[in-house]
Amino acid sequence: MISKNSKVLLEVRNLKAAVDGIEILKGVDLTVRAGEVHAIMGINGSGKSTFSKVLTGHPDYTVTGGTALFEGRDLFELEPEQRARAGLFLAFQYPVEIPGVSNSALLRLAYNTLQTERGLEELDPLEFDDLVQEKLKVVEMDPSFLGRSVNEGFSGGEKKRNEILQMAVLEPRLAILDETDSGLDIDALRIVANGVNSLLTPDNAVVMVTHYQRLLNYIVPDYVHVMDGGRIVRTGGKELALELEERGYDWLRVAA
Amino acid sequence: MTGTKAQCFERLLLGNPGNPESGSWLEAIRAAALDTAKALNFPSERHDDWRFTDLSPLFQHDFHPVDSYAGLARADIEAFLIPGSARLVFVDGCFAPELSDLSQAGQGVIVKSLAECLGDKRVEAHFAQHVSFEKDAFSALNTRFFEDGAFVHVSGEAAAPVHILHVATRRDTPSAIYPRSLVVMEANSRATVIEDYVGLGDGINLSNAVTEVVLKEYAQLQHVRVQREAKSAFHIGRCSVAAAQGSVYTSTSLAFGARVSRLALHVTQRGEGAEIHLNGLALIGGRQIADTHTRIDHAAPRGKSVQLHKCIADGAAHAVFSGKIIVHEGATGTDSAQSSRNLLLSGKAHIDTQPQLEIFNDDVSCKHGATVGQIDADALFFLKSRGLTGERARNLLTHAFAAEIIDRIPVPALVESLGRTMLDERMKVSA
Ligand SMILES: Nc1ncnc2c1ncn2[C@@H]1O[C@H](COP(=O)(O)OP(=O)(O)O)[C@@H](O)[C@H]1O
Ligand SMILES: [Mg+2]
Repeated sequence: MISKNSKVLLEVRNLKAAVDGIEILKGVDLTVRAGEVHAIMGINGSGKSTFSKVLTGHPDYTVTGGTALFEGRDLFELEPEQRARAGLFLAFQYPVEIPGVSNSALLRLAYNTLQTERGLEELDPLEFDDLVQEKLKVVEMDPSFLGRSVNEGFSGGEKKRNEILQMAVLEPRLAILDETDSGLDIDALRIVANGVNSLLTPDNAVVMVTHYQRLLNYIVPDYVHVMDGGRIVRTGGKELALELEERGYDWLRVAA
Repeated sequence: MTGTKAQCFERLLLGNPGNPESGSWLEAIRAAALDTAKALNFPSERHDDWRFTDLSPLFQHDFHPVDSYAGLARADIEAFLIPGSARLVFVDGCFAPELSDLSQAGQGVIVKSLAECLGDKRVEAHFAQHVSFEKDAFSALNTRFFEDGAFVHVSGEAAAPVHILHVATRRDTPSAIYPRSLVVMEANSRATVIEDYVGLGDGINLSNAVTEVVLKEYAQLQHVRVQREAKSAFHIGRCSVAAAQGSVYTSTSLAFGARVSRLALHVTQRGEGAEIHLNGLALIGGRQIADTHTRIDHAAPRGKSVQLHKCIADGAAHAVFSGKIIVHEGATGTDSAQSSRNLLLSGKAHIDTQPQLEIFNDDVSCKHGATVGQIDADALFFLKSRGLTGERARNLLTHAFAAEIIDRIPVPALVESLGRTMLDERMKVSA
C-alpha cells in the first residue's frame, strides 16, 4: 500500500557491485517505504540475486560504488548478522541444507538472538514451541518439519515454505524474497502467497524477486521494477508485470 | 622438567615399586612385558604407524607412578555421571569403590575391579591374549605396571549401560596412569559399555590405556569410548576386539581432550558373518594432536564392516586418521565400507587421513573414500543472515558435523551431556 508519508525503509542509490572483479550491478536505485510491496523482475542473469545478496552482505560480492541506507543506517557498515538484527531478511533462491541442525533449534536460536538484540527475554524451548506452532500455520507446514534438519531432504517447495516460516518467526521490517515462487506448484504458491500476505503490515515491506507474473496475482505489488544488465531499467505499477507477460523483456533491454 | 626421550622412558620403566601382588600367571606376563618394554623403547618417528604423530611434547615430562590414592568426593565427578548406569570409577588408575555404584548392573552382568578377579579363570583365559605387547612399548608398559582395571563379563542382556569412568586428577608431578579393561561378552549376550577418560583440572598425566574385548557367538556390544582428558594430558590407548561368528561389535569413539592422544583400535572378525561398525570423532583445537589408527581384519567369510571417521581440527591442531582394512584369503563375501570425513576450521590446522585397503580374495565389496573440507560458506552466510554471529554460526555447523557421530551413542543422557559440554566449551573458547 503506497502512502507517501510512510517511513523510508530502504534507500539504494547508484549501487555498483562486482564479483571476482567483474561488475554485475551497474548503478541500481530503489526506494522502499513501509507498507509497500515491490516486485523486481528480469531475465536470468540480470543481477536480481546479486542485488539481494549484496544488500544482505554476502561475502562473495564487493560493493564498488553507491550507497544503501536501511532505516537511515548505512547497510555496508554492518555485518550480515547485524543487518538481520536490524530487520532485513532474505528468503534465498536456493535454500541451503544444514544436516545436523534441526529446524526448531535454528528457529529458536535466531529468534532468541533477536529477542536479546531487542532487550527482551529469550524464550525457553517450551515457550518457543507455542510460538512456532502458530507460525507453522502461516505456511501450513506440518509440525514434524521442526524436528528435521534444516532443509535436508525437503522438496523444492518445502524449502521455500521453510524460508517463509523463518520470515514468519523473525518478523523482519524488510523481506526480500528471491524467486520464492519458482518450483512451486499452484497449491504451494497459494500457501506461500497467503503466508506472505498475512505477514504484511503498514510497518514492514516486501521486495519480491521473480520472473513470472504468476506470483503477482496473489501478492499484488505497488511497484514493479525491471532489472536488466545490472540496472533497474523501468519502474511501473502492477500493470507493468502484465505487459511483460504479454510482450516479454526484449523491448526493455539495454542495447548491448 | 625438560628431559629427553630416553630419560622419559627410563623413568617409566622404574614403575611403581608398590605394584600389587598379582598371582602367578600374571607375574609371568608382567615379567615378559617388562623385558619387552625395555627392548622396544618408544616408537621411532620413522615407524610407519607413528610417522604422522609427534610424540615429542610427551618426552619433555618425567612421569611418576601413582603411589597414593587421591580421595575424591562424588561432587568432583558429578558432571560425568550417567544416570541409570552401572558405574566403576578409577582415580589415577586406582579403583575407587566409594565412587562406584554397581546397583544397576542387573542379572548376568559382572562388573568388578580386575585386581579382585585375578583368580577368575575367565580373566586368565583372556587377559593379554588380544592386545599383544610384543611390538608395542606402551602396551608392554601397561601390562607390566597397571594397578587395577575393569572386568566386565556379560551373559544375557545387560539391563543398564556399564560406565567405566577413569578420572585423572591434577597432581604436583606428572603421573603415569595405566587404565586396563577386559570385556567378555558370552554367546548371545548384549550390552553397552562406556569407557570414559576424564581429567580434573589441568594436570599433566600420561594415561596409557589398554582394553581387550571378546565377543563370543552372536554377542552384541555397543562400545563407547570417550576421551575427554585435560588439554595438558597425554593419552595413549589401545583396544583389541575379537568378534566371533554372528556377533555385532559397534564402537563409537570420541577424542576431545589431551595435548597428544592416540587410539589404536584393532578389530578381528574371527567368525562367519560378524558385523563391525566403527564410528569415530576427533574434535580438537589449539596445539592438540589426536591420532586414530584403526585396523579391521576380516579373517572369516561374509563379514561386514562399516566405518565413519570424522576429524575436526581448529587452531594449530593436527588430526591423524589411518584406517586399515584387511580382507584375508578365504574371507569371501566380505562387505566393507569406510568413509573418512574431515573438517578444517583454521588455516593452521591440519589433518592427515589415510585409508588403506588390503584385499586377498576376489569375492568382496569394498568401498572407501575421504574428504577434507571447510565450513560451507553458503551455510555460514545463511546462518548469519538469520542473525547469528559468525562465531555462533561456525560453532553450530561444527557441532552439527560432530553430532552425526555423537548421536550414534546409544545412551541419550550421555549424548545430551556431551553435546552440551562441547558447545559450552567452544563458546568459552570463542568468547
Ligand atoms: N558468485 C558469483 N560468481 C560469479 N559470477 C556470478 C556470481 N553471482 C552472480 N554472478 C553472475 O552475475 C550475473 C547475475 O547473476 P544473478 O544475480 O544470479 O542473476 P539473476 O538472479 O537475475 O538470475 C550472472 O552473469 C552471474 O553469472
Ligand atoms: Mg536469481
